[in-house]
Amino acid sequence: MKVTVNVFLKNGVLDPAGKATEHALKSLGFSGVNGVRIGKQIILNLSDNSSDEDIKTMCEELLANTVIEDYEIIKG
Amino acid sequence: MKVAIVNFPGTNCERDTKYAFDKLGCQTEVIWHKDTTINADLIVLPGGFSYGDYLRTAAIAKFSPAMNAVKAHADKGGLVLGICNGFQMLLETGLLEGAMRRNENMSFISKFHHLKVISNNNKFLSKLNNNDIVDIPIAHGEGNYYTDADTLKKLYDNDQVILKYCDELGNLSNANGSVDCIAGICNKNKNVFGLMPHPERAIEPLLGSVDGLKMLEGLIC
Repeated sequence: MKVTVNVFLKNGVLDPAGKATEHALKSLGFSGVNGVRIGKQIILNLSDNSSDEDIKTMCEELLANTVIEDYEIIKG
Repeated sequence: MKVAIVNFPGTNCERDTKYAFDKLGCQTEVIWHKDTTINADLIVLPGGFSYGDYLRTAAIAKFSPAMNAVKAHADKGGLVLGICNGFQMLLETGLLEGAMRRNENMSFISKFHHLKVISNNNKFLSKLNNNDIVDIPIAHGEGNYYTDADTLKKLYDNDQVILKYCDELGNLSNANGSVDCIAGICNKNKNVFGLMPHPERAIEPLLGSVDGLKMLEGLIC
């Protein structure tokens, strides 16, 4: 079973990598860029009997730091 | 005084830290992160790049077997000091509150920086006075301390904000984008300390500063 976890800094938490990239895009002339957020995509190859609860625990215990990051789980 | 310094794969400041506490007359021991028993008065989580800082800084180190012993030691009121990567570990384990983001300017910063003592109402900084200025090195890419407003208020209310980045005159000067220029905090019980700067790198005149000694010796008195 393939499970994709996307991890992003929470809204309101400054994303320095996103800001730097936004500035770079603007300096390339893309004046329409109004924001860039950079996150992580983690692709898990799990046994088919992995529970939703297990996946949530993986996210909260290790994959994301929930003080500053949100995560989304996409199956398949 | 017995000092245990925990060495993780990727740690690179364990010998500097040992040198500093040896100089202060402590009985020091570097412990591999797989050890589950730590017999010491003070446990130090030194700087470096545990597990290559993959995923996030210190995210994987918090699951090292030794961390259970560190938590148990802290819960009993034992002294714990986290320097740089060690501070990040204390945040990841929840022994200290908040989280680290990448430096605001996206650069790895490696230079001397002044710090102001915000609260000496703790053993660590007991040899210094409030508003004292020390000059010690910083070396980090992810030292941009963050906490939400409620937690920040709690930190101030309990005298847990202990060090801030400043200039040589003591005016606050943010090194990396940290909330309120915070460079170091402690827990409510004042036995767990974390800071991004490296006091163990400022203990010999040859290194440019001995201010680190004044900080570390508070812990062992």
